[in-house]
Amino acid sequence: MNAPNQSGWKPTSPVAGTADGANTVTGNKALMLEEPLIFEIGNCETTGVDLPEPDLSSNRLGGFERDAEIGLPGLSEPETVRHYTRLSRQNYAIDLGLFPLGSCTMKHNPRVNEKVARMPGFADVHPLQPVDTVQGALGVINELAQWLCKLTGMPGVAMTPKAGAHGELCGILCIRAALEAKGDAREVILVPESAHGTNPATAAFAGYRVENIPATAEGRVDLAALKARLGPDVAGVMITNPNTCGLFERDMKAISDAVHAAGGYVYCDGANFNAIVGRVRPGDLGVDAMHINLHKTFSTPHGGGGPGSGPVVLSEALCPYGPLPFSEFHADGTLTLVEEETAGERHPHSFGRMSAFHGQMGMFTRALAYILSHGADGLRQVAGDAVLNANYILRSLEDALDAPFGASGPCMHEALFSDKGFAEGMTTLDLAKGLIDEGYHPMTMYFPLVVHGAMLIEPTETESKAGLDQFIAALRSLAERARAGDETLKAAPIHAPRRRLDETLAARKPVLTWSEPEVAPGEPSLSEQGGS
Amino acid sequence: MTRYFTEDHEWIEVDGTSATVGITDYAQSQLGDVVFVETPDEGATLTKGGDAAVVESVKAASDVYSPVSGTVTEGNAALEEDPALVNTAPEGDGWFFKLTIADASELDGLMDEAKYKEFVDGL
Amino acid sequence: MRYLPLTDADRSAMLETIGASDVDALFADVPADHYLTAPIEGLPLHASEMAVEKHMRALSKKNLAAADAAFFLGAGAYRHHVPATVDHMIQRGEFLTAYTPYQPEIAQGTLQMLFEFQTQVARLYGCAVANASMYDGSTACWEAVAMAGRVTRRKRVVLSGALHPHYAETVKTMARFTEDQIADALPSLTAKPDNAGLIARIDDQTSCVVVQYPDILGRIPDLAEIAEAAHARGALLVVVNTEPVALGAIKAPGELGADIVVGEGQSIGVGLQFGGPYLGLFAVRDPKHVRQMPGRLCGETVDAEGKRGFVLTLSTREQHIRREKATSNICTNSGLCALAFSIHLTLLGEKGLRALAAENHRLACIAADRLAKVPGATVLNDTFFNEFTVILPADARAVVRKLADDKVLAGVSLGRLFPTVDALSGGLVVAVTETTTEEDIETLGRALEEVLS
Repeated sequence: MNAPNQSGWKPTSPVAGTADGANTVTGNKALMLEEPLIFEIGNCETTGVDLPEPDLSSNRLGGFERDAEIGLPGLSEPETVRHYTRLSRQNYAIDLGLFPLGSCTMKHNPRVNEKVARMPGFADVHPLQPVDTVQGALGVINELAQWLCKLTGMPGVAMTPKAGAHGELCGILCIRAALEAKGDAREVILVPESAHGTNPATAAFAGYRVENIPATAEGRVDLAALKARLGPDVAGVMITNPNTCGLFERDMKAISDAVHAAGGYVYCDGANFNAIVGRVRPGDLGVDAMHINLHKTFSTPHGGGGPGSGPVVLSEALCPYGPLPFSEFHADGTLTLVEEETAGERHPHSFGRMSAFHGQMGMFTRALAYILSHGADGLRQVAGDAVLNANYILRSLEDALDAPFGASGPCMHEALFSDKGFAEGMTTLDLAKGLIDEGYHPMTMYFPLVVHGAMLIEPTETESKAGLDQFIAALRSLAERARAGDETLKAAPIHAPRRRLDETLAARKPVLTWSEPEVAPGEPSLSEQGGS
Repeated sequence: MTRYFTEDHEWIEVDGTSATVGITDYAQSQLGDVVFVETPDEGATLTKGGDAAVVESVKAASDVYSPVSGTVTEGNAALEEDPALVNTAPEGDGWFFKLTIADASELDGLMDEAKYKEFVDGL
Repeated sequence: MRYLPLTDADRSAMLETIGASDVDALFADVPADHYLTAPIEGLPLHASEMAVEKHMRALSKKNLAAADAAFFLGAGAYRHHVPATVDHMIQRGEFLTAYTPYQPEIAQGTLQMLFEFQTQVARLYGCAVANASMYDGSTACWEAVAMAGRVTRRKRVVLSGALHPHYAETVKTMARFTEDQIADALPSLTAKPDNAGLIARIDDQTSCVVVQYPDILGRIPDLAEIAEAAHARGALLVVVNTEPVALGAIKAPGELGADIVVGEGQSIGVGLQFGGPYLGLFAVRDPKHVRQMPGRLCGETVDAEGKRGFVLTLSTREQHIRREKATSNICTNSGLCALAFSIHLTLLGEKGLRALAAENHRLACIAADRLAKVPGATVLNDTFFNEFTVILPADARAVVRKLADDKVLAGVSLGRLFPTVDALSGGLVVAVTETTTEEDIETLGRALEEVLS
């Protein structure tokens, strides 16, 4: 025979054997790439931009020149691209898969939103340009404001709050201003035990004392207990609807009526508005103020923790007290800004300004693009599919996981389970970390606080049935392991870029900034090495 | 010296008019790894049942109440460096503060060790 | 609908599993008289991507974009060139569509970036610790005031008259509800900031003094002098910076004795965007104040195999655990803007930042010299970085309005910032960055000469 394999290329077949111990020189594992900090790979002499370097010896800095090294490492452009691309690959994201964080609403982020936000007329305008040069920007604010008012059945909206919690503050300050205008100083805000932590924090920040209102066994606000507590000292209530147990507050109108009769106001936490948009208007339920997280209901990206945007719709009673500035639409089609200058005449009872400029414009353009894409019909379908998906998960898993309010009727956009029935020592955390190994982001854990070992699952409307079926199968398997006391779950995750992290160490000995490791005498320091 | 317990899981060891206060072993086991303790300043006036100190684990923060009224004579400085003492020796070196008792009658109604054990077993 | 994957067959099958007749049945808890059975009237129905783009483009075109004008606006928002790399990287889905890094094993990308960001900000500000960002500069300013109150247990706040008026208004709004007493003032049109007047307002009840650096008129105050006076009275010095590029040329506030340094980070990596979203920066000089800080903090730790990793830490300060006793009600940070800032600053590095700052200052000096030659106009400042104030012999606001017709966006008038103060109405705050050309400066000079003649 001639040369049996001249090239020497033999197809490989997987060899059975352990992957464990296959340590590499680099610490990388194929596509899983370790990445050092910029302080370890960059140095103060490298830059990824080309700029002139003018001489500053003659200057007008008044003798305040910064002489000492700042310590900011630079990287060339290719190194920069690689650094952040490698970091990005250590993140889970909606673009990768189901992200069922209850109450956080991780839905698909349409890319046309990103495209329109970058149009020069929106991205490259200054907030203090003369008003007649920004009519289109004010037009976006005005058009979005009209949508929000019509979708909520409320007459006015404050657009400037920068996130949900900032919106809460806006609403509570409106309530306080309205009461003060009547000379009616009140001290207490009532908040259900299951509320988001921002609610009591906001009320306290606005100078109120917070009292809890209990829930009924079925997971809703206890109307009788609420009514019993109302009185001349109660400024208002903060109710989340649909609530954090995933249930619609059936008695919302009765709650509002009772609070109004007692001289208080109703704040609704609108974090879960995505469940009811186009199907119920909070204005019809007697709500006085409600923030809308544009990054939840209207798909603006979460960006790894913000920026958010939290416009607040207001009732007739609270509109006069809303913050500055806002845009005003005139019959001739022009828009003006009401700022401090004209507030005395146009908006004399405003509680004032909450931040510089006009709100999160970059989020407004994205949210408006999303709303226009869906239209009134599509948004109604959004709520329907979100609720359908959540109920599908609830009913598909309630034999495998304890659903504390499973008997309280259909859930809204999120399904709530607990750790009841897990083997001794097995926790919600173990199950959540197991989900990571299955390729999912875990659900919201240990919230709401009122349910032990809570697992709050919000699939959103942008998941397919096939995707949900696979998730349900994964969760069912994990639930069975937790019930059976499968100790291997304690080691999860084992396939993620990192194993479980030592949060105790991080909190006991906080290391919040990088500093150069101490080097042995005689060795060059990192910056000396980098500078060469 | 006599040791008393509260339903909020503080212990108080009384020696004449002075006393030492901490949280119980049950309380530390519920909190998990303690990462930070804020003790009251010397000279602070505390009232029975009022906020006296803060104890934090990674995911929880709790207020510690004073079992009786009195004036703080010392906060446990060792906890600043080593909050883990609350986990390893909650009823010993992990004490929170010492105070001078204002009204000894406030000790009436607190539990002794046996009663507290019974109380915890019932939780 | 292109964003909804369920088919009608899927919906039917799922309803069967659930045991519901139709989707409306899932809303059974909504009282029937408030349940909408059809799309809300008077609102458009769904639209194609092409139609949405067309609609938005039409709105976009109704604005005068900075790139299409000779542009000189600043006063808290600055136009800098943002490298293409920045916008490309922040649009990677793993950053753009991730949530707050609550599950650190699968969020190391965001967490490591935040750790790097915190270190960059701390170094830029000359501080020990920076947080993972706030909403924007103005809200960070209020949070600093609130924090100073927690640290000093005092309630009296002294604001410099040359603090951005939007920031001052934000502080005043919040203080009404927290019962802090705010002593504010108007800026004086002097070549140097009025340090003596500011120092005279500090007393033994003062929790903090808030000073902008460089200030709203572009002047560079002597912070060391104010820090010394504040500390002598047991008060903290809060320094506000709205133009971080300046800190590539002038000393860090932390070096000069500032206790809390806050500011707007928009200049680095984040575009103008008509005012938001921006990036609040927050840092403290003394690490023992960390537990009084608001907002998220990222810290270093190790995983179960001993590998370095990062987590959100010291969360017990925050609302989701501390509820009504939290240091702030803040829940989000400005994560994606922080990423943009961090990428841009990494591209620049120390060398690039210093070059950028020098180029800004060089062009600003040229502009100041040119505008000083406009008959009737005077340049107020002794000192400045990339922004200075010109006093015009006319109402600056009307001048700005008029020049906009010729696509000259001349600056921010003090009349816009302090609308009721006649004494300031001739003031025009002019900002110059590396995006400004010498031709733009000449265009502005001529346009002013023409309108003032």
